[in-house]
Amino acid sequence: MSFFRRFSRSPEAVIGASILGVLVVMALFAPLLFPRDPLSIAGPALLRPFQDWSLPLGTDRLGRDVLAGLFHGARTSLAVGLASAATAIIIGTIVGTLAGFAGGLTDEALMRITDAFQTVPGFLLALAFVSVIGPSLFVVVLAIALGTWTGPARIARAEVLSIRERDYVASARVIGMHPLEIAFREVLPNALPPVLALSSVIVAAAILTEAALSFLGLGDPNRVTWGGMIAEGRTVLRSAPFLSIIPGIALVLTVLGVYLAGEGAVETTAVRRGRS
Amino acid sequence: MTAPLLVASGLHKRFSRGGKTVVALDNVSFEIGQGETLALVGPSGSGKSTVARTILRLIEPDAGNIHFEGEDFLAQHGARLRAGRAKLQMVFQDPLAAFNPRATVARVLDDPLRIHDLADRAHRPKIIASLLDRVGLSPNLRDRAIHEISGGQRQRVAIARALATKPALMVLDEAVSALDVSVRGQILELLLDLQEAENIAYLFISHDLGVVRSIAHRVAIMDAGRIVETGPAAEVVANPKSAIGKALVAATPKLLRKA
Repeated sequence: MSFFRRFSRSPEAVIGASILGVLVVMALFAPLLFPRDPLSIAGPALLRPFQDWSLPLGTDRLGRDVLAGLFHGARTSLAVGLASAATAIIIGTIVGTLAGFAGGLTDEALMRITDAFQTVPGFLLALAFVSVIGPSLFVVVLAIALGTWTGPARIARAEVLSIRERDYVASARVIGMHPLEIAFREVLPNALPPVLALSSVIVAAAILTEAALSFLGLGDPNRVTWGGMIAEGRTVLRSAPFLSIIPGIALVLTVLGVYLAGEGAVETTAVRRGRS
Repeated sequence: MTAPLLVASGLHKRFSRGGKTVVALDNVSFEIGQGETLALVGPSGSGKSTVARTILRLIEPDAGNIHFEGEDFLAQHGARLRAGRAKLQMVFQDPLAAFNPRATVARVLDDPLRIHDLADRAHRPKIIASLLDRVGLSPNLRDRAIHEISGGQRQRVAIARALATKPALMVLDEAVSALDVSVRGQILELLLDLQEAENIAYLFISHDLGVVRSIAHRVAIMDAGRIVETGPAAEVVANPKSAIGKALVAATPKLLRKA
Protein backbone atom coordinates (compact mmCIF):
# COMPACT_ATOMS: atom_id res chain seq x y z
CA MET A 1 0.00 0.00 0.00
CA SER A 2 1.27 3.46 -0.80
CA PHE A 3 2.39 5.92 1.84
CA PHE A 4 -0.43 8.34 1.04
CA ARG A 5 -3.20 5.79 1.26
CA ARG A 6 -2.04 4.61 4.66
CA PHE A 7 -1.49 8.20 5.76
CA SER A 8 -5.04 9.10 4.75
CA ARG A 9 -6.47 6.30 6.89
CA SER A 10 -5.49 8.03 10.11
CA PRO A 11 -8.00 10.81 10.88
CA GLU A 12 -5.53 12.78 13.02
CA ALA A 13 -3.00 12.81 10.22
CA VAL A 14 -5.61 14.01 7.75
CA ILE A 15 -6.74 16.81 10.07
CA GLY A 16 -3.13 17.83 10.64
CA ALA A 17 -2.32 17.76 6.94
CA SER A 18 -5.47 19.78 6.12
CA ILE A 19 -4.59 22.48 8.64
CA LEU A 20 -1.07 22.61 7.25
CA GLY A 21 -2.44 22.71 3.72
CA VAL A 22 -4.67 25.69 4.53
CA LEU A 23 -1.73 27.39 6.20
CA VAL A 24 0.53 26.87 3.21
CA VAL A 25 -2.15 28.20 0.86
CA MET A 26 -2.60 31.24 3.14
CA ALA A 27 1.14 31.85 3.16
CA LEU A 28 1.49 31.42 -0.60
CA PHE A 29 -1.48 33.59 -1.58
CA ALA A 30 -1.05 36.30 1.04
CA PRO A 31 0.67 38.76 -1.35
CA LEU A 32 -1.96 38.07 -4.05
CA LEU A 33 -5.03 38.39 -1.84
CA PHE A 34 -3.64 41.23 0.23
CA PRO A 35 -1.20 43.06 -2.00
CA ARG A 36 -1.14 46.09 0.29
CA ASP A 37 1.42 46.29 3.05
CA PRO A 38 -0.30 44.55 5.98
CA LEU A 39 1.32 47.12 8.28
CA SER A 40 -0.45 50.01 6.53
CA ILE A 41 -3.69 51.57 7.75
CA ALA A 42 -6.73 50.08 6.03
CA GLY A 43 -9.74 51.54 7.84
CA PRO A 44 -11.03 52.98 11.11
CA ALA A 45 -9.28 51.80 14.26
CA LEU A 46 -10.64 48.98 16.43
CA LEU A 47 -13.34 47.87 14.01
CA ARG A 48 -15.00 44.69 15.36
CA PRO A 49 -15.04 41.51 13.25
CA PHE A 50 -17.98 40.83 10.87
CA GLN A 51 -19.08 44.49 10.81
CA ASP A 52 -17.58 45.62 7.53
CA TRP A 53 -17.21 42.89 4.86
CA SER A 54 -14.27 44.63 3.22
CA LEU A 55 -12.46 44.11 6.56
CA PRO A 56 -14.08 40.84 7.75
CA LEU A 57 -11.96 40.32 10.86
CA GLY A 58 -11.87 43.99 11.79
CA THR A 59 -8.91 46.27 12.44
CA ASP A 60 -6.48 46.85 15.27
CA ARG A 61 -5.62 49.91 17.31
CA LEU A 62 -4.01 51.61 14.33
CA GLY A 63 -6.68 50.57 11.82
CA ARG A 64 -4.64 47.74 10.22
CA ASP A 65 -6.50 44.85 8.57
CA VAL A 66 -6.47 41.82 10.94
CA LEU A 67 -7.21 39.28 8.18
CA ALA A 68 -4.33 40.57 6.06
CA GLY A 69 -2.10 40.36 9.14
CA LEU A 70 -3.21 36.79 9.73
CA PHE A 71 -2.32 35.79 6.15
CA HIS A 72 1.02 37.55 6.10
CA GLY A 73 1.76 36.28 9.62
CA ALA A 74 1.30 32.71 8.36
CA ARG A 75 4.23 33.33 6.01
CA THR A 76 6.50 34.37 8.86
CA SER A 77 5.40 31.54 11.15
CA LEU A 78 5.88 28.86 8.51
CA ALA A 79 9.15 30.27 7.20
CA VAL A 80 10.66 30.67 10.66
CA GLY A 81 9.32 27.31 11.86
CA LEU A 82 10.63 25.32 8.91
CA ALA A 83 13.92 27.18 8.53
CA SER A 84 14.89 26.96 12.18
CA ALA A 85 13.85 23.31 12.44
CA ALA A 86 15.89 22.51 9.32
CA THR A 87 18.89 24.41 10.69
CA ALA A 88 18.59 22.68 14.07
CA ILE A 89 18.33 19.23 12.50
CA ILE A 90 21.26 19.82 10.13
CA ILE A 91 23.55 21.15 12.88
CA GLY A 92 22.34 18.47 15.31
CA THR A 93 22.85 15.50 13.01
CA ILE A 94 26.29 16.68 11.90
CA VAL A 95 27.46 17.19 15.49
CA GLY A 96 25.83 13.93 16.64
CA THR A 97 27.28 11.91 13.75
CA LEU A 98 30.79 13.27 14.27
CA ALA A 99 30.62 12.68 18.03
CA GLY A 100 29.25 9.16 17.74
CA PHE A 101 31.49 8.10 14.89
CA ALA A 102 34.77 9.62 16.04
CA GLY A 103 34.36 8.64 19.71
CA GLY A 104 37.05 9.39 22.28
CA LEU A 105 38.05 12.99 22.85
CA THR A 106 36.01 14.40 19.95
CA ASP A 107 32.89 12.73 21.34
CA GLU A 108 33.57 14.05 24.85
CA ALA A 109 34.21 17.61 23.63
CA LEU A 110 31.14 17.76 21.36
CA MET A 111 28.82 16.21 23.90
CA ARG A 112 29.96 18.57 26.69
CA ILE A 113 29.21 21.49 24.36
CA THR A 114 25.80 19.92 23.73
CA ASP A 115 25.27 19.61 27.49
CA ALA A 116 26.18 23.27 27.95
CA PHE A 117 23.56 24.33 25.39
CA GLN A 118 20.99 21.99 26.88
CA THR A 119 21.33 23.32 30.41
CA VAL A 120 20.38 26.84 29.28
CA PRO A 121 16.65 27.11 28.51
CA GLY A 122 16.24 27.38 24.74
CA PHE A 123 13.96 30.41 24.94
CA LEU A 124 16.37 32.31 27.18
CA LEU A 125 19.19 31.56 24.75
CA ALA A 126 17.13 32.82 21.80
CA LEU A 127 16.11 35.91 23.77
CA ALA A 128 19.71 36.75 24.66
CA PHE A 129 20.95 36.09 21.12
CA VAL A 130 18.32 38.27 19.43
CA SER A 131 18.62 41.11 21.93
CA VAL A 132 22.40 41.23 21.43
CA ILE A 133 22.50 40.93 17.62
CA GLY A 134 19.24 42.68 16.83
CA PRO A 135 15.98 41.34 15.43
CA SER A 136 15.81 40.22 11.82
CA LEU A 137 14.28 37.09 10.32
CA PHE A 138 17.67 35.44 9.81
CA VAL A 139 18.82 36.15 13.37
CA VAL A 140 15.51 34.86 14.78
CA VAL A 141 15.89 31.60 12.81
CA LEU A 142 19.45 31.18 14.05
CA ALA A 143 18.46 32.03 17.62
CA ILE A 144 15.72 29.40 17.68
CA ALA A 145 17.99 26.77 16.09
CA LEU A 146 20.61 27.54 18.75
CA GLY A 147 18.29 26.28 21.46
CA THR A 148 16.89 23.23 19.64
CA TRP A 149 19.81 21.51 17.90
CA THR A 150 20.78 19.53 21.00
CA GLY A 151 17.83 17.12 20.75
CA PRO A 152 18.66 15.94 17.21
CA ALA A 153 22.37 15.80 18.16
CA ARG A 154 21.73 13.40 21.05
CA ILE A 155 19.43 11.15 19.04
CA ALA A 156 21.79 11.07 16.05
CA ARG A 157 24.74 10.20 18.30
CA ALA A 158 22.89 7.32 19.97
CA GLU A 159 21.87 5.96 16.58
CA VAL A 160 25.38 6.33 15.14
CA LEU A 161 26.89 4.51 18.14
CA SER A 162 24.88 1.43 17.23
CA ILE A 163 25.33 1.74 13.45
CA ARG A 164 29.12 2.13 13.55
CA GLU A 165 29.49 -1.40 14.92
CA ARG A 166 27.63 -2.93 11.97
CA ASP A 167 29.37 -5.03 9.37
CA TYR A 168 28.70 -2.65 6.53
CA VAL A 169 30.73 0.04 8.25
CA ALA A 170 33.57 -2.48 8.71
CA SER A 171 33.29 -3.44 5.05
CA ALA A 172 33.45 0.23 4.02
CA ARG A 173 36.70 0.49 5.99
CA VAL A 174 38.02 -2.66 4.34
CA ILE A 175 37.53 -1.20 0.86
CA GLY A 176 39.51 1.84 2.03
CA MET A 177 36.77 4.44 2.32
CA HIS A 178 37.74 7.72 4.02
CA PRO A 179 36.34 7.98 7.59
CA LEU A 180 34.45 11.19 6.77
CA GLU A 181 32.82 9.54 3.76
CA ILE A 182 31.87 6.56 5.94
CA ALA A 183 30.37 8.89 8.55
CA PHE A 184 28.33 11.00 6.14
CA ARG A 185 27.49 8.54 3.38
CA GLU A 186 27.23 5.17 5.09
CA VAL A 187 26.24 6.04 8.66
CA LEU A 188 24.34 9.32 8.64
CA PRO A 189 21.57 8.43 6.14
CA ASN A 190 20.77 5.34 8.19
CA ALA A 191 20.71 7.33 11.42
CA LEU A 192 18.26 9.91 10.08
CA PRO A 193 14.77 8.32 10.51
CA PRO A 194 14.54 8.71 14.32
CA VAL A 195 15.89 12.27 14.05
CA LEU A 196 13.27 13.17 11.44
CA ALA A 197 10.59 11.73 13.70
CA LEU A 198 11.47 14.56 16.06
CA SER A 199 11.08 17.22 13.39
CA SER A 200 7.35 17.91 13.91
CA VAL A 201 7.95 18.65 17.58
CA ILE A 202 10.83 20.95 16.67
CA VAL A 203 8.83 22.83 14.02
CA ALA A 204 5.93 23.30 16.46
CA ALA A 205 8.27 24.52 19.20
CA ALA A 206 10.04 26.86 16.77
CA ILE A 207 6.75 28.46 15.72
CA LEU A 208 5.85 29.01 19.37
CA THR A 209 9.30 30.42 20.20
CA GLU A 210 9.08 32.83 17.28
CA ALA A 211 5.66 33.98 18.46
CA ALA A 212 6.99 34.44 21.98
CA LEU A 213 9.96 36.47 20.72
CA SER A 214 7.62 38.66 18.67
CA PHE A 215 5.32 39.06 21.65
CA LEU A 216 8.25 40.46 23.59
CA GLY A 217 8.99 42.81 20.71
CA LEU A 218 12.07 40.90 19.51
CA GLY A 219 10.65 39.73 16.20
CA ASP A 220 11.58 41.21 12.84
CA PRO A 221 9.90 44.67 13.05
CA ASN A 222 9.32 44.79 9.30
CA ARG A 223 7.14 41.70 9.23
CA VAL A 224 3.72 40.90 10.59
CA THR A 225 3.88 38.03 13.04
CA TRP A 226 1.14 36.39 15.06
CA GLY A 227 3.11 36.90 18.25
CA GLY A 228 3.43 40.58 17.43
CA MET A 229 -0.33 40.82 16.76
CA ILE A 230 -1.11 39.22 20.12
CA ALA A 231 1.24 41.67 21.84
CA GLU A 232 -0.37 44.54 19.98
CA GLY A 233 -3.85 43.46 21.13
CA ARG A 234 -2.75 42.97 24.72
CA THR A 235 -3.02 46.71 25.51
CA VAL A 236 -6.71 46.70 24.55
CA LEU A 237 -7.46 43.21 25.84
CA ARG A 238 -10.57 44.31 27.79
CA SER A 239 -12.20 46.39 25.09
CA ALA A 240 -11.13 44.42 21.98
CA PRO A 241 -10.17 40.88 23.02
CA PHE A 242 -10.57 39.57 19.41
CA LEU A 243 -7.27 41.25 18.51
CA SER A 244 -5.40 38.75 20.71
CA ILE A 245 -7.79 35.82 20.34
CA ILE A 246 -7.77 35.58 16.53
CA PRO A 247 -3.98 35.25 16.06
CA GLY A 248 -3.94 33.09 19.20
CA ILE A 249 -6.35 30.62 17.60
CA ALA A 250 -4.26 30.64 14.40
CA LEU A 251 -1.16 29.83 16.45
CA VAL A 252 -2.83 26.97 18.33
CA LEU A 253 -4.24 25.47 15.13
CA THR A 254 -0.89 25.69 13.36
CA VAL A 255 1.06 23.98 16.14
CA LEU A 256 -1.65 21.33 16.36
CA GLY A 257 -1.59 20.82 12.59
CA VAL A 258 2.19 20.47 12.44
CA TYR A 259 2.16 18.06 15.35
CA LEU A 260 -0.68 15.86 14.06
CA ALA A 261 0.70 15.69 10.52
CA GLY A 262 4.17 14.87 11.84
CA GLU A 263 2.86 12.14 14.14
CA GLY A 264 0.82 10.72 11.26
CA ALA A 265 3.87 10.58 9.00
CA VAL A 266 5.98 8.90 11.69
CA GLU A 267 3.28 6.32 12.44
CA THR A 268 2.82 5.57 8.77
CA THR A 269 6.52 4.95 8.15
CA ALA A 270 6.80 2.94 11.37
CA VAL A 271 4.01 0.63 10.21
CA ARG A 272 5.73 0.19 6.88
CA ARG A 273 9.03 -0.72 8.53
CA GLY A 274 7.33 -3.07 10.92
CA ARG A 275 5.77 -4.96 8.04
CA SER A 276 8.78 -5.35 5.79
CA MET B 1 58.88 -21.36 -2.12
CA THR B 2 59.03 -17.57 -2.26
CA ALA B 3 58.53 -15.35 0.78
CA PRO B 4 55.10 -15.78 2.34
CA LEU B 5 52.42 -13.25 1.49
CA LEU B 6 51.34 -12.60 5.05
CA VAL B 7 53.26 -13.26 8.24
CA ALA B 8 51.51 -12.70 11.54
CA SER B 9 53.64 -13.19 14.62
CA GLY B 10 52.95 -13.02 18.32
CA LEU B 11 49.53 -11.36 18.08
CA HIS B 12 48.00 -10.53 21.44
CA LYS B 13 44.62 -8.96 22.07
CA ARG B 14 42.60 -8.52 25.24
CA PHE B 15 39.10 -7.14 25.47
CA SER B 16 37.80 -5.75 28.72
CA ARG B 17 34.07 -5.72 29.14
CA GLY B 18 32.52 -4.50 32.36
CA GLY B 19 35.70 -4.98 34.38
CA LYS B 20 36.30 -8.54 33.13
CA THR B 21 39.21 -9.11 30.78
CA VAL B 22 38.92 -11.67 28.02
CA VAL B 23 42.05 -12.83 26.23
CA ALA B 24 40.93 -13.04 22.62
CA LEU B 25 44.35 -13.65 21.05
CA ASP B 26 47.26 -15.21 22.91
CA ASN B 27 50.52 -15.30 20.96
CA VAL B 28 48.96 -16.13 17.59
CA SER B 29 51.45 -16.64 14.76
CA PHE B 30 50.88 -17.98 11.25
CA GLU B 31 51.85 -17.52 7.61
CA ILE B 32 49.93 -17.56 4.37
CA GLY B 33 51.71 -18.08 1.05
CA GLN B 34 50.78 -16.64 -2.36
CA GLY B 35 47.69 -18.37 -3.69
CA GLU B 36 47.37 -20.54 -0.61
CA THR B 37 44.26 -21.26 1.43
CA LEU B 38 44.74 -21.37 5.18
CA ALA B 39 41.68 -22.48 7.07
CA LEU B 40 41.17 -21.27 10.61
CA VAL B 41 38.86 -23.55 12.56
CA GLY B 42 37.82 -23.64 16.17
CA PRO B 43 34.83 -23.53 18.46
CA SER B 44 32.81 -20.35 18.95
CA GLY B 45 34.69 -17.73 20.92
CA SER B 46 38.08 -19.19 20.13
CA GLY B 47 39.22 -15.94 18.51
CA LYS B 48 38.88 -16.79 14.80
CA SER B 49 37.00 -13.62 13.90
CA THR B 50 39.33 -11.54 16.05
CA VAL B 51 42.22 -12.88 13.97
CA ALA B 52 40.38 -11.91 10.77
CA ARG B 53 39.60 -8.41 11.99
CA THR B 54 43.13 -7.91 13.30
CA ILE B 55 44.67 -8.91 9.97
CA LEU B 56 42.40 -6.35 8.28
CA ARG B 57 43.25 -3.63 10.81
CA LEU B 58 39.62 -3.39 11.90
CA ILE B 59 40.92 -4.19 15.39
CA GLU B 60 44.37 -3.12 16.57
CA PRO B 61 46.33 -5.88 18.35
CA ASP B 62 47.90 -5.13 21.75
CA ALA B 63 51.16 -6.71 20.66
CA GLY B 64 52.62 -8.56 17.70
CA ASN B 65 53.55 -7.95 14.07
CA ILE B 66 51.79 -8.29 10.74
CA HIS B 67 53.91 -8.26 7.61
CA PHE B 68 51.99 -8.18 4.35
CA GLU B 69 53.87 -8.44 1.05
CA GLY B 70 57.09 -7.87 3.02
CA GLU B 71 55.93 -4.59 4.56
CA ASP B 72 55.02 -3.83 8.15
CA PHE B 73 51.24 -3.55 7.83
CA LEU B 74 50.71 -2.29 11.38
CA ALA B 75 52.99 0.70 10.73
CA GLN B 76 50.69 2.08 8.03
CA HIS B 77 48.23 4.82 8.89
CA GLY B 78 45.81 7.23 7.26
CA ALA B 79 45.91 7.53 3.49
CA ARG B 80 48.67 4.93 3.13
CA LEU B 81 46.71 2.36 5.08
CA ARG B 82 43.56 3.07 3.06
CA ALA B 83 45.48 2.63 -0.20
CA GLY B 84 47.11 -0.54 1.12
CA ARG B 85 43.72 -2.05 1.95
CA ALA B 86 43.13 -2.69 -1.77
CA LYS B 87 45.33 -5.81 -1.59
CA LEU B 88 43.59 -7.23 1.48
CA GLN B 89 39.87 -7.79 1.19
CA MET B 90 37.19 -9.46 3.26
CA VAL B 91 33.90 -11.27 2.75
CA PHE B 92 31.61 -11.27 5.78
CA GLN B 93 29.39 -14.01 7.15
CA ASP B 94 26.03 -12.28 6.81
CA PRO B 95 25.82 -10.84 3.30
CA LEU B 96 22.85 -8.67 4.24
CA ALA B 97 24.58 -6.99 7.18
CA ALA B 98 27.73 -6.37 5.14
CA PHE B 99 26.04 -3.89 2.81
CA ASN B 100 24.56 -0.49 3.46
CA PRO B 101 20.79 -1.11 3.52
CA ARG B 102 20.32 1.71 1.00
CA ALA B 103 22.90 0.46 -1.49
CA THR B 104 22.35 -0.90 -4.98
CA VAL B 105 24.52 -3.57 -6.59
CA ALA B 106 26.13 -1.01 -8.90
CA ARG B 107 26.97 1.39 -6.07
CA VAL B 108 28.53 -1.36 -3.99
CA LEU B 109 30.86 -2.29 -6.85
CA ASP B 110 31.48 1.30 -7.87
CA ASP B 111 32.84 2.33 -4.44
CA PRO B 112 36.12 0.36 -4.47
CA LEU B 113 36.80 1.34 -8.11
CA ARG B 114 36.26 5.01 -7.28
CA ILE B 115 38.13 5.00 -3.96
CA HIS B 116 41.22 3.31 -5.35
CA ASP B 117 41.00 5.22 -8.61
CA LEU B 118 41.07 2.03 -10.64
CA ALA B 119 38.99 3.37 -13.51
CA ASP B 120 37.57 6.72 -14.55
CA ARG B 121 33.86 7.33 -14.34
CA ALA B 122 33.17 6.44 -17.95
CA HIS B 123 34.81 3.02 -17.75
CA ARG B 124 33.38 1.91 -14.43
CA PRO B 125 30.06 0.53 -15.74
CA LYS B 126 32.00 -1.80 -18.04
CA ILE B 127 34.20 -3.03 -15.21
CA ILE B 128 31.17 -3.50 -12.95
CA ALA B 129 29.52 -5.63 -15.64
CA SER B 130 32.64 -7.77 -16.02
CA LEU B 131 32.94 -8.18 -12.23
CA LEU B 132 29.33 -9.39 -12.09
CA ASP B 133 30.06 -11.75 -14.94
CA ARG B 134 33.11 -13.17 -13.17
CA VAL B 135 31.08 -14.11 -10.09
CA GLY B 136 28.39 -15.64 -12.27
CA LEU B 137 25.75 -12.91 -12.00
CA SER B 138 23.78 -11.25 -14.75
CA PRO B 139 24.73 -7.60 -15.42
CA ASN B 140 20.99 -6.87 -15.28
CA LEU B 141 21.22 -7.06 -11.49
CA ARG B 142 23.26 -3.86 -11.33
CA ASP B 143 20.35 -1.53 -10.63
CA ARG B 144 18.74 -3.76 -8.02
CA ALA B 145 18.86 -2.85 -4.35
CA ILE B 146 20.90 -5.18 -2.17
CA HIS B 147 17.82 -6.22 -0.19
CA GLU B 148 16.02 -7.27 -3.36
CA ILE B 149 18.41 -10.06 -4.37
CA SER B 150 18.80 -13.54 -2.84
CA GLY B 151 21.34 -14.48 -0.16
CA GLY B 152 23.50 -16.42 -2.62
CA GLN B 153 23.48 -13.53 -5.11
CA ARG B 154 24.37 -11.13 -2.30
CA GLN B 155 27.39 -13.20 -1.31
CA ARG B 156 28.48 -13.24 -4.96
CA VAL B 157 28.20 -9.44 -5.00
CA ALA B 158 30.31 -9.36 -1.82
CA ILE B 159 32.94 -11.49 -3.53
CA ALA B 160 32.79 -9.24 -6.62
CA ARG B 161 33.33 -6.19 -4.40
CA ALA B 162 36.34 -7.86 -2.79
CA LEU B 163 37.69 -8.80 -6.24
CA ALA B 164 37.31 -5.26 -7.61
CA THR B 165 40.62 -4.07 -6.13
CA LYS B 166 42.53 -7.17 -7.33
CA PRO B 167 43.48 -8.37 -3.84
CA ALA B 168 46.34 -10.74 -3.04
CA LEU B 169 44.59 -12.02 0.07
CA MET B 170 40.93 -12.43 0.80
CA VAL B 171 39.66 -13.09 4.31
CA LEU B 172 36.50 -15.16 4.25
CA ASP B 173 34.94 -14.98 7.71
CA GLU B 174 32.39 -17.81 7.76
CA ALA B 175 31.57 -16.63 4.26
CA VAL B 176 29.53 -19.69 3.33
CA SER B 177 28.07 -20.56 6.74
CA ALA B 178 24.90 -18.52 6.32
CA LEU B 179 24.11 -19.98 2.88
CA ASP B 180 22.01 -23.04 2.24
CA VAL B 181 23.79 -26.20 1.20
CA SER B 182 23.32 -26.08 -2.58
CA VAL B 183 24.33 -22.42 -2.79
CA ARG B 184 27.29 -23.11 -0.49
CA GLY B 185 28.68 -25.64 -2.98
CA GLN B 186 28.40 -23.15 -5.85
CA ILE B 187 30.13 -20.38 -3.89
CA LEU B 188 32.97 -22.74 -2.91
CA GLU B 189 33.38 -23.70 -6.57
CA LEU B 190 33.48 -20.02 -7.49
CA LEU B 191 36.15 -19.35 -4.86
CA LEU B 192 38.31 -22.24 -6.13
CA ASP B 193 37.96 -21.01 -9.74
CA LEU B 194 38.93 -17.49 -8.75
CA GLN B 195 41.93 -18.75 -6.81
CA GLU B 196 43.14 -20.71 -9.81
CA ALA B 197 42.65 -17.77 -12.19
CA GLU B 198 44.02 -14.95 -10.01
CA ASN B 199 46.33 -16.75 -7.57
CA ILE B 200 44.50 -15.17 -4.61
CA ALA B 201 45.33 -16.43 -1.13
CA TYR B 202 42.44 -17.11 1.24
CA LEU B 203 42.21 -17.00 4.99
CA PHE B 204 39.16 -19.20 5.30
CA ILE B 205 37.44 -19.08 8.67
CA SER B 206 34.96 -21.82 9.33
CA HIS B 207 33.69 -24.32 11.83
CA ASP B 208 32.71 -26.84 9.16
CA LEU B 209 35.56 -29.33 8.73
CA GLY B 210 33.91 -30.90 5.67
CA VAL B 211 34.06 -27.58 3.84
CA VAL B 212 37.57 -26.91 5.13
CA ARG B 213 38.93 -30.19 3.83
CA SER B 214 37.55 -29.52 0.36
CA ILE B 215 38.92 -25.99 -0.01
CA ALA B 216 41.96 -25.48 2.26
CA HIS B 217 45.59 -26.37 1.73
CA ARG B 218 46.50 -25.99 5.37
CA VAL B 219 44.47 -25.86 8.56
CA ALA B 220 45.13 -24.05 11.82
CA ILE B 221 42.99 -25.04 14.79
CA MET B 222 42.29 -22.38 17.40
CA ASP B 223 41.15 -22.74 20.97
CA ALA B 224 40.81 -20.03 23.62
CA GLY B 225 42.82 -17.51 21.62
CA ARG B 226 45.72 -19.82 20.77
CA ILE B 227 46.61 -21.80 17.67
CA VAL B 228 46.90 -25.33 19.00
CA GLU B 229 47.60 -27.25 15.82
CA THR B 230 48.66 -26.54 12.22
CA GLY B 231 49.20 -28.82 9.29
CA PRO B 232 48.10 -29.86 5.81
CA ALA B 233 44.31 -29.95 5.61
CA ALA B 234 43.85 -33.63 4.78
CA GLU B 235 46.29 -34.69 7.50
CA VAL B 236 44.80 -32.61 10.28
CA VAL B 237 41.24 -33.61 9.44
CA ALA B 238 42.14 -37.30 9.19
CA ASN B 239 44.33 -37.42 12.26
CA PRO B 240 44.02 -34.47 14.61
CA LYS B 241 46.59 -34.34 17.40
CA SER B 242 45.15 -31.71 19.72
CA ALA B 243 42.20 -32.43 21.99
CA ILE B 244 40.11 -29.66 20.45
CA GLY B 245 40.96 -30.92 16.95
CA LYS B 246 39.73 -34.38 17.91
CA ALA B 247 36.57 -32.90 19.37
CA LEU B 248 35.90 -30.89 16.20
CA VAL B 249 36.42 -33.93 13.98
CA ALA B 250 34.21 -36.02 16.25
CA ALA B 251 31.51 -33.38 15.95
CA THR B 252 31.42 -33.97 12.18
CA PRO B 253 29.96 -37.48 12.08
CA LYS B 254 30.31 -38.19 8.36
CA LEU B 255 34.08 -37.74 8.57
CA LEU B 256 34.42 -40.51 11.08
CA ARG B 257 32.74 -43.12 8.92
CA LYS B 258 35.55 -45.15 7.35
CA ALA B 259 34.80 -46.05 3.75
